[in-house]
Amino acid sequence: MAVLDLVWLIPAFPLLGFLLLLVGGRKLGEPRAGWLATLLMAGSFVATLAVFGGLVSKHAEQRQFSQVLFTWLPVGRFSVDIGFLVDPLSITMCLFITGVGTLIHLYSIGYMHGDEKFSKFFLYLNLFAFSMLMLVLGDNMLVTFLGWEGVGMCSYFLISFWHASDANASAGKKAFVTNRIGDWGFMVAMFLSFSAFGTIKYTELFDSINKNGIATTTATAIAVLLFVGACGKSAQFPLYLWLPDAMAGPTPVSALIHAATMVTSGVYLMTRTNPILAEASAWVPTLIAWVGVGTALFAATIAIAQNDIKKVLAYSTVSQLGYMFLAVGSGAYVAAIFHMVTHAFFKALLFLGSGSVIHGMHDDQDMRHYGNLRKFMPITAVTFIVGWLAIAGVPPFSGFFSKDEILAAAMDKSPALWAVGLLTALLTAFYMSRQVFLTFFGRYRYADARPDEIDAAWNAKVSALRKVADEAKGVVTKATDALTAARSTLEAAVGDDRGPSEQAVAEAERWSAEKGLEAADAQKAASALAMRVHQQPRAGLSLLAPPDVAEVDAELTHDIARRREFHPHEAGWLMWVPLAVLAIASFFGGALNLPFWHRTKFLESWLDPVLAHPHELSFGGAKLVALGAVAVIAGLAGIAIAAAVYLRGKADPAQIELPILAHGWRYDSSVAAFMGGPGRQIFEGAALADRVGVDGAVNGVATLVRETSGLLRRLQNGLVRTYAAGIALGAGLLVAYFFVMAKAG
Amino acid sequence: MLADVHPTTEWYLVLSAVVFCLGAFGLLVRRNPLVMFMCVELMLNAVNVTFVALGKELNDVGGQLAVFFVLVVAAAEVVVGLAIIVTIIRRRPGSDADDVSVLKG
Repeated sequence: MAVLDLVWLIPAFPLLGFLLLLVGGRKLGEPRAGWLATLLMAGSFVATLAVFGGLVSKHAEQRQFSQVLFTWLPVGRFSVDIGFLVDPLSITMCLFITGVGTLIHLYSIGYMHGDEKFSKFFLYLNLFAFSMLMLVLGDNMLVTFLGWEGVGMCSYFLISFWHASDANASAGKKAFVTNRIGDWGFMVAMFLSFSAFGTIKYTELFDSINKNGIATTTATAIAVLLFVGACGKSAQFPLYLWLPDAMAGPTPVSALIHAATMVTSGVYLMTRTNPILAEASAWVPTLIAWVGVGTALFAATIAIAQNDIKKVLAYSTVSQLGYMFLAVGSGAYVAAIFHMVTHAFFKALLFLGSGSVIHGMHDDQDMRHYGNLRKFMPITAVTFIVGWLAIAGVPPFSGFFSKDEILAAAMDKSPALWAVGLLTALLTAFYMSRQVFLTFFGRYRYADARPDEIDAAWNAKVSALRKVADEAKGVVTKATDALTAARSTLEAAVGDDRGPSEQAVAEAERWSAEKGLEAADAQKAASALAMRVHQQPRAGLSLLAPPDVAEVDAELTHDIARRREFHPHEAGWLMWVPLAVLAIASFFGGALNLPFWHRTKFLESWLDPVLAHPHELSFGGAKLVALGAVAVIAGLAGIAIAAAVYLRGKADPAQIELPILAHGWRYDSSVAAFMGGPGRQIFEGAALADRVGVDGAVNGVATLVRETSGLLRRLQNGLVRTYAAGIALGAGLLVAYFFVMAKAG
Repeated sequence: MLADVHPTTEWYLVLSAVVFCLGAFGLLVRRNPLVMFMCVELMLNAVNVTFVALGKELNDVGGQLAVFFVLVVAAAEVVVGLAIIVTIIRRRPGSDADDVSVLKG
């Protein structure tokens, strides 16, 4: 019992870190501010471990403990406590938030080295961790919402951390604004819960559902609104827009916030409120499953054509979150949480690995410029490969187990869901393999001439040639004119000297004609070259051999010379130690819930008490094994296709990386076009209605009061005798009144 | 002849009413703050006469008691009021009550 009382320490450590850094962060400077933040995060992890131990030592039914720190908002019947709910679900979340969080803090000390806002970065990270822990530990919806908004705010700060660039600043704004739509859903769901149950405390809510039941309509409305909230935070279609842009933040932020923790809060919320979802109409889980699997497929197709190493991972995150929603929609909450945990391991690993690559490549994020980096960064390469195999679903890596569980649950719900999920698994394996092959295998392409550089070189050559031709033509024209003049002078002249002069002029004329031909040749050559440049196939990925630039070598810019001198380097220990730890976790993460035997399903038995209706597969044994085998084959097929294209060059990548995929099915630009056009008019209409209608009413009342009081004000003329007259009049009236009353009565 | 005349309570009440009306009239028509102040005193004392007369008539000592309260309050009022009037006159010599209207709304 005593150990469980320590739960307040879990969020208190990062909060302390935030406050200390707020006061003295700049004085502490680099690297002490980072170490302070990391140590406090580790303290939080230790506290979580202690609470976890306390929880494990109890009986499965008693694994629930709440701690109320104080009453936050006592408002009549409505009262909100700052309280923590400790149960297997929240502690599972806390374990990976603080665990992965500590590793990412450690990594950031190395990654943010030399940044002028070093201490501020850690301040935000700690505030983020605090908010996230409040989100998962809160024992009522409002505290969860507090954390929900807190992580949104920190996400905004961290996406636009390098806000000197406009793109980063607007990416932050985009994330914030898109999330508002989701927050609206969550808030309205909260209001509905209060009006339906009179409480927003999870335990009381679920007790009330158990005892009194709940109207299906109410449950449906709340569940759908909660799902809207979850869609915003967990980047599901149609609100996923902000996540790919969120890659503008520093890479550790992408790893911590936009892969491992914050984006999982939507899945957490759906799991936390699963008793409500269980009472909702049957179409709600189906909707969730389809949105999830649809998003998974949609994002996976986009990920195929991205060249930015982080963008691939961003779309991959959207896709994997889609899997988790597929699990939630199929009722397999354990599978969702299982995948969330393994995803936190391998996606954090992949992001940190990509950060290490970006760091080693001097902030170049374009995968087309990489190649064969395993020679230069062996540790990053090995760990990244572990992450790749995990996400591609290769046994025995963790992703295989968690993804398989989701696919099995989807099969149970509808074979169509399973088929789409399987296709997504194939695509996932493909785009991740593409990333790994482009980055760590193949030819080292950094020093290659790049397509735009080659174009520029060719154009430079053509225009140089043209210039020479033009100049020659000019000289020849001038010479010809001079000769014509000389000849006419000569013909007009008479004398003995005419013979030799005539000869000289004739020779000069011959020379001029020859030069004229040469000039014409040069002009022709320039035109021919321009033609060739024009018809030249656009240089794409030069996977197997460097692009042929022998003809224009002299014209290539000196950038290439600089790049030829450059050598990628491996990251320091601060960065590869977290990579190694996460790689181990990604490898063994599957052991959390092995499907072979009911005793090895640790996560399932652990999370069971939290769930209203534990999920049971309707099949097992051979069918399960067959499904697993099919999934493995799909994954391996994806890898094999990627290897054929990107390692062997069997097909032109341009045939696969379609422009429409690279532009994300033009969804983003369509939304932007709508919002900038008709949408804007709608909003301006609403703003006008607000200004005229609502503001008009409020201001009208104020004006009425002011005008009336202006009239009454005249009575106060400051003349004492007027007041005295008023009193006299009043007294007279009173006397008259009593007089009349006395007469009447 | 005069000895036969015994003033009854009505006399006092009439006297009181007359004095009160004089005071009230003076307060309304005069502008000199000091005179207005004296008019207020007239009105107060007219009321005092009423209290005493009715106290005697009804055999109730409460009437006389009320007079003491009125006197005490009047004394306090005189202290504050005279101080204000003196300050006003000092600051703006020759000003009357109508000149002091800076607190108008």
